[in-house]
Order: sequence, then C-alpha cells, then structure tokens
Amino acid sequence: MKIVTCIKQVPASSNVEVDPVTGVLIRDSNNAKLNPYDLYALEASFSIKEKNPNATITAITMGPPNAKSVLKEALYMGTDEAVLVTDRRFAGADVLATSYTLSQLIKLIGEVDIIICGKQTTDGDTAQVGPEIAEFLGVPHIPYVIEILEILDDKIVVKSTYDTHDEINEIKLPCLLTIEKSNLTPRLPSYKRKIKMKNYQIDTVTLDQLNDKNPKHYGLNGSPTQVEEIFPPSNEMKSKFIEGNKETLAHELYKILDENKFL
Amino acid sequence: MAYKSIDKEDVLFFKSIVGEKCTIEKSNIEVDFSHDELQTISGYPDIHLYVNDKLQIQNIMKYANQHNIAVTVRGSGTGLVGACVPVNGGVLLDTSQMHKILELDKDNMTLRVEPGVLLMDIANYVEKVDLFYAPDPGEKSATIGGNISTNAGGMRAIKYGVTRDWVRGLEVVLANGELVSFGGKVVKNSSGYSLKDLMIGSEGTLGIIVEATLKLIPLPKETVSLLIPFENRTNAIDAVPKIINGHTLPTAIEFLEKSSLKFSEEYLGKKLPNDDYEAYLLISYDGSTKDSVDYDVEVVSDLCVNQLGAIDVYLVDTEERKKSVWSARGAFLEAIKASTSLIDECDVVIPRTNITEYLDFTHQLSEELEIRIPYFGHAGDGNLHIYFCKDNLSDDDWLNKTNIGFKKMYDKAFEFGGKVSGEHGIGYAKRAYLKDQVGDIQVELMKGIKKTFDPNNILNPNKVI
Repeated sequence: MKIVTCIKQVPASSNVEVDPVTGVLIRDSNNAKLNPYDLYALEASFSIKEKNPNATITAITMGPPNAKSVLKEALYMGTDEAVLVTDRRFAGADVLATSYTLSQLIKLIGEVDIIICGKQTTDGDTAQVGPEIAEFLGVPHIPYVIEILEILDDKIVVKSTYDTHDEINEIKLPCLLTIEKSNLTPRLPSYKRKIKMKNYQIDTVTLDQLNDKNPKHYGLNGSPTQVEEIFPPSNEMKSKFIEGNKETLAHELYKILDENKFL
Repeated sequence: MAYKSIDKEDVLFFKSIVGEKCTIEKSNIEVDFSHDELQTISGYPDIHLYVNDKLQIQNIMKYANQHNIAVTVRGSGTGLVGACVPVNGGVLLDTSQMHKILELDKDNMTLRVEPGVLLMDIANYVEKVDLFYAPDPGEKSATIGGNISTNAGGMRAIKYGVTRDWVRGLEVVLANGELVSFGGKVVKNSSGYSLKDLMIGSEGTLGIIVEATLKLIPLPKETVSLLIPFENRTNAIDAVPKIINGHTLPTAIEFLEKSSLKFSEEYLGKKLPNDDYEAYLLISYDGSTKDSVDYDVEVVSDLCVNQLGAIDVYLVDTEERKKSVWSARGAFLEAIKASTSLIDECDVVIPRTNITEYLDFTHQLSEELEIRIPYFGHAGDGNLHIYFCKDNLSDDDWLNKTNIGFKKMYDKAFEFGGKVSGEHGIGYAKRAYLKDQVGDIQVELMKGIKKTFDPNNILNPNKVI
C-alpha cells in the first residue's frame, strides 16, 4: 500500500509580511514551521501503517528549496520517503494552481492508494487543496476525518466529524482523506530517526519533470484568484463585566458561552 | 497565646480604613477564605479586609499591634501548607486588590510591583517588551507577594535560580505599622545584614510585603524542549547529573513516570505524544539565538542516546508540540487532586544524586502503608512533589497513615541532607518537620528573629516555627 501525505511549511507566527504588489506572503525561513493540521495528517498516515506494516508513506510538499525542512521533520517523525516539488514558476500559486501542481506530482509518483492532507493550512485557511487534488486525480475524498477505523484490500473505513454529527464512511481506494484535529496526539520528531536518515536525499521535482509542462497552469499564471489584501487576523481582546448575584452570573455566562458556540 | 477577639469597635475602625465594601465581617466570609489550595488546614478569620494601599496596611498593623489582634496576609490563596490560613482568627489581610504594576525601569532592568500582581501578569507584561522574569512556579495565578513569601521555585531553577534571586528590593510594613525599605534597584549590596533576604521565604511572619522590585533580563528568544524516554525510572534519574555536567545548561529538567502520567492523561482527555514508555525526562533549553539552542539540543541528544541509555530523544519545538507535552506536565497536581477525595503533600528537596534511592523508598512506603503515593518532580534540582491520596481510607486511617508516612519520608530526606520544603514553604502543616530538620539551636535563632520583628507575635502566629 502506498500512502502520500501532503504537508506544508507555514509561518510560525501571524506576524508576517505581505508583498504590497502581488498580495503574496513573503515567506521567511526563520519564521516557519510545519502546518499544525499536517501533524494530524501524518499521525493518521502512521496509524494506517501501524495497522498495515507493508504500507509506505511518502511526504510531499510544494514550496521553495528551504521547505525541505518540513520534509525532514516528516522523515524524523516516521515517513519512509519525502519529495519536494519546487520551481520558481510555481511562485504565487493559489488553491487551484497548488492543487494542480500537487496532483501532477502524485501522478508522477504513481500507484498511490491513499492521499492524506491536513484539513487546512494555518496560512491559507481555505481547506480546499485536499478536495481539489482529489478532483484533479478523479478519486473520491472524505474530509474532516478523525479516525481510521478499518483498512481492507480495496477500501478503508473512516470516521469524520461535522458541526452537527459524526459520520462513518467506507471509501474505495484510491482515495483522498483530509484530517481534522482529533484526540490523537501527533508524535514528535525522533533524534534516532534523524541519525538514521542522515544520508537520505530528499527527491526534488521541478516543472520540467511533470507530465503537464505548460507553465500557464502553474504559479501566479495558473491562479485565477486575485488577492486584494492579506492581513493577520485581529487578536483584540474584548472584556465584558457582568454584575449580579450568583444565579444571574451563571445565567449570563451560560448565555455568552452559548452565543459564542462554546457549548 | 490569646488574641483579642474582634468587636464592633474594631469593625468600625477597619471600615474607616478600608471602607465598607472592602470589609467582610465574619458571618459573610466565604468558605474559600478559610483554607488554601490544599484544604488540609482550615480556620476562619474574624474579619476579612481587602486592602488597597500601603498606608491602609500601616494603619491596620498599628491598630492590630496596639490591640493584640492576629493578622494573616493572603494573596491568591494558592499555597499548599496552610500559611495563609488564619488559624488564630483575627484579621485576614487580603492583598489581591493591590495588583498594580508600578514601574518598568528598562535601564536598570527592574520591575516595581504591588504584592497582589499575579505571576502570569508579570510574565505577560515584561515579555511584551522582550524582557524576562525567570522564576516559573507551576501556579501562575499566585501573587508575587505569595511567591516572595514562600521563596517559590519552579521549573527553571537549575538555570535561573528561585524567586530570591530575582528580588532586588522590598518595601515592608512591620508589625508595628512602620514602613521600611530593604534593598532597592541596586545590583550589588554588601551593606549589613540582608533583611530583604530574611523577608523572602518568611511566609508573612516577619512583615507585610507591600511593594517589590524585581530583577529582569533580556527575554531568551528561543526555547526548545526534549522529551527523552528511558526504560525505567532509575535510568532516567541517573542520567540527570550527567546531563547537567555535560556542558549544556538546561533551564528545566522534569521527571515524568508512566504511573503518574496516566492521571494527567485521564484528567486532560489527551495523551502525551510518544507515550509508550515507562519513564521520561523533559528537558528545556533557551537562548538568544536558534543556533545556540540547536547546538545544546544536539549535544544533549547525542549524550542521552549514546552514553546515557535513552531510548530516543524527541524534539518539542513548536507551540503545538510544547503545549501537548507541557500541558501533561502542568496538569499533574490538578490531575492527582481530581483522582481522589483528599491529598496531602510532601515537597522535599534532596541532593539530585539521591533521587532514585528516595523514590525507591517512597514506593516501599506506599506498599507498607497501603496508601497510594503518586509523585512528580523537578529532577534537575532534587525537589520532589509527593502526594498521599486518601482514596477510600477512613478519616482515622488517613490521619494515622499520613502522620507515620510523612515522618518517615522526611526522616529519609534528612538522611541525605535534604530539606522539608523545596518551594512550598513550612506554613502551618510542616512546622514539626522543620524542627526535626534544623534542631533546637536553629529554631531558637529563628524565634529570636521573629521576636525582634514582631515582639507581640501578631503576624501570622503559629506559622513556620
């Protein structure tokens, strides 16, 4: 069984600079980390491998050469392989161009049974790359997966969570899953694996190696989305004082928690 | 010694000082103010006063001293040894409303605060301007006044020391209401006896801290932790001195064991990452650059795996990873409390080379007394937090077993040159053990000091000695 897990390098904090002309994030390798949702995607991949020891996991990412650091992290956490798809012509890609590029890479890898993505990234936040890759590849997908329940020869059974309900679905392979944060605690990068992988060379794939070599399908050229403005979300804190007896306070607190969907 | 009971006239006086709203008379005092976090010691005050400035405290003390009224100071009430419990009644002097940060002096790198400022507020305030107050006791909602009064320690003690090392100056109201200033913004001070240091750790028995000047340093920009599994407790703990000797200086070395970890995991409903092992060390490094921290991490990882028998070394570098590991460590006390009906604690500190032997002894004692004794500890500084759990024991059995058990635990610690308390203080609960530790001569010296500061013994009576 071949598993491909898509991961991404994202800014480590929300204090990021934006190119005033293109509206694209200026990425700083000193302020970068593995997308937190991808930790769960990797953990889900490892849980499949634990149930099916013959499985191999390949972590892939699209990004500049320094995005190799998140691939190394994935290797130290436990993936068998890692591939970087990188090209200056990929720069400025939106959801569509990113999904297309990754789907091209997955086609190049070939014979993939399960593609696993984090639910979304913490920089783009669209949660669309996973499903769009599935569309480009013509495979079924299930989003918001929180648990892999069963792995059979040609299908798997997974549990997904939605705002109103949970769902258990059986899905035919090959397929794509996007993974929601769950009670699983993602494992940590291991020093022993780091030593073991010391001489491992991460494969680098460029546009010229992909099946579709038309540069208009990639990067800013292949991106119909026009970004007008990017800004970090406000982290302004609002305080509200409630006065009254214990009953009133409890009632008001309940109301506020309920209104803000904490209950 | 009998103290004056508070009568109507006294109540009127106190109201005239702090106002009607800040005076809570006996019949209205909430049960929370009759005990501390641990709830093993209880006692109601006759009156609960919220003070707002040092002049009010001076007036209250002057009056209490003249009228022989006992005064117990309280901050957030997060102590664990009953130090803020008014066992002799009298005034409960509550400093929680004195929570102003008075001055940030960036040139002298000091922060002047009122005693009721919370530890978490100090950390947030200074870190916003890239400065750092290093003491890191687990209870972040404690007040700085309480931290100073117990000389609180915390996890970063190996590298940064304890609260004492971060207090430059104190303003104190004495038992007779006089206001005095010890230390200041100065870095060095060889001018006579250090009364400032005498105040630190005196648990409200020598004076009332009304203002503190704290030392700050530049904020270390990078912090990384390592979760290091070992086959068993002994291997993990025996690695600690070698790690400290290994030419890297960790900020913290905590010890986690599967048997205690499970309480945290159940309490949080979350598992520790890579939680399949018997024992762990959780080590942190900080520094001003990523390169310097990475170097330390590399050196200690190599040492642990290749020389100290560690199964692996796991990197805890991002916010998410730190949260997943440190929340399990941080929840220990709450998790152990939630696992039983009542706990009592032992906060011994012993030389770090004796921890293994001491924990073996604790396990034997647990079997011998048939009582559950989970624990965790700051392996780097030898300070262990050991908890007796009441579970289904009857009240009589509980009292009996804790009395026998604690006596044995402390006697064993003293054999190794250990001390009763590493960071929680003596308060009311541990007085007998302090006497066992220091002996009559030192107790007499302490009594002499107490008498000089507080001749009428009105400040937090029956505490410490």
